[in-house]
Amino acid sequence: MVVEPKQARFESLSLDSGATLSPVDVAYETYGELNRNKTNAVLILHAFSGDAHAAGIGHDGKPGWWDNMIGPGKAFDTDRYFVICSNVLGGCRGTTGPSSINPATGCPYAMTFPVITIGDIVRLQKMLIDSLGIERLLCVCGGSMGGMQALQWAVSYPDAVASAIPIATTARHSAQQIAFNEVGRQAIMADPDWNGGNYYGRKPPGRGLAVARMVGHITYMSDDSMREKFGRRLRHREQYGFDFEVDFEVESYLRYRGSQFVDRFDANSYLYITKAMDYFDLVNGHGSLAAALEKTKARFLVISFTSDWLYPSYQSLEIVNALRSRNRDVAYCELASNYGHDAFLVDVAEQAEVIRGFLARVARENV
Amino acid sequence: MSDFSPELLERSDFAIITEIIPPKSRVLDLGCGDGELLQWLSEHKKVEGRGVELSGAKVQRAIARGVTVYQGDIERCLGDYPDGAFDFVILSQTLQETRKPLAVLQEMLRIGTHAIVAFPNFGHWRVRLSHLWTGRAPKTKLFPYEWYDSPNVHFLTVDDFEALVANQGWKVEGRYFLSGSRRVRISPNLFAELAVFQVRK
Repeated sequence: MVVEPKQARFESLSLDSGATLSPVDVAYETYGELNRNKTNAVLILHAFSGDAHAAGIGHDGKPGWWDNMIGPGKAFDTDRYFVICSNVLGGCRGTTGPSSINPATGCPYAMTFPVITIGDIVRLQKMLIDSLGIERLLCVCGGSMGGMQALQWAVSYPDAVASAIPIATTARHSAQQIAFNEVGRQAIMADPDWNGGNYYGRKPPGRGLAVARMVGHITYMSDDSMREKFGRRLRHREQYGFDFEVDFEVESYLRYRGSQFVDRFDANSYLYITKAMDYFDLVNGHGSLAAALEKTKARFLVISFTSDWLYPSYQSLEIVNALRSRNRDVAYCELASNYGHDAFLVDVAEQAEVIRGFLARVARENV
Repeated sequence: MSDFSPELLERSDFAIITEIIPPKSRVLDLGCGDGELLQWLSEHKKVEGRGVELSGAKVQRAIARGVTVYQGDIERCLGDYPDGAFDFVILSQTLQETRKPLAVLQEMLRIGTHAIVAFPNFGHWRVRLSHLWTGRAPKTKLFPYEWYDSPNVHFLTVDDFEALVANQGWKVEGRYFLSGSRRVRISPNLFAELAVFQVRK
């Protein structure tokens, strides 16, 4: 089944920075049918480098990034639920971002694009959900940066969210998480082709972006999964080359993933979206995480993974314990996996089972 | 009692607990396993149920059956719950496995109005005989473990529990004693295999 990408346009969007964007385009996809009462809608929130193509087969023949979780009979069962996924604000896959044309100038925004936050990203999603006539989502769910959006949804729009499933995420970026993002940004900005962000129509900063992605990929894996996948195996060589070409499998893999990323991702989007993640801090303005989560009304299911060192379980537990301290309904499990942060994308069997059961209960109560 | 699920029937303390809990209560089940009791209570008594369980595999099964369970250690996590968050806090056959049972009981009565505590009675005559005759750590149907691999770290009797409750100034609201699935009416400290107490401050 080939999925049709959809597009929506909104007159304007006010941002946390005080700036206003207008107009704003949103790329999104939907799977399954919205029921008559519009009570079976599930909003899937993508991670940093994801896009609206979460499930099914795209026109390019590629399956969605969470096709193992979304579809008929799967955890997000499209025979029961109406599943929506949109590309985030600041992105480069159909939603307005730094590579979009600024109508005021006729040129791409580049670095004149305003700095955005997770709150802005979610505000735009709310406009999309409103435009679909959905008053209350059955569930908001995402991993990593998607989990931040799920939390933001529950805090910003408590009456519009029946349940939230933040996976492998945090309520605020830590120094380590900010540090890795900063390395990525500096790699991009150190590439002469970046040119202050003005590279559209020219050679993009592919080397910097590739290095940024290589660092990212290391943080998404675990020591165990890298040892299992690559070990010290050599690539197309019987012995060391005594040069700086690719010796090891792991080098080849990282170079491949880096160069592949350059073809599908915009370097300026990398800067803006990582900045939005770094600014994410639910505690900010509330005094404590418990106070921030006080007004949420959703049922929560929080999931973390044992080998995820980028978004470690203690960060999920901060969320869970803050919710418990306000007597909110929160289920929590730490799933065993060797796949590191990537687990929520690739090691999904157990994750699918807990989500399926959690969602079935929420559906019994709300659909 | 006819609508009990087969698994529930195997746990005679569950039968007592399901009788005690009134409909629509707020219930926290500590060491809830895969959530069968909470599921039963939410379906039949419409309770608002929560559980705490240490085993990841059991937590996953509980969540998959639609029960709200938190994966954590009951000796570490109770402090996060606010005072009076629950009507009933259940500790079923876990007290003897806790390192600091008194601290756990005190927390239960801080976060809940009523505590329901079920525990195997170490004063049962078979345990006493086993200890007397063999001169070794007792091994019975109720306590089937070798001393070195037993999950039980505290061995208490019905009378021990009564003494603690009196000492703490708590009030016993109900006592239920079981041998197998039969109620025990006389000399529970000698004849009960399992005791279920309902206690409040």
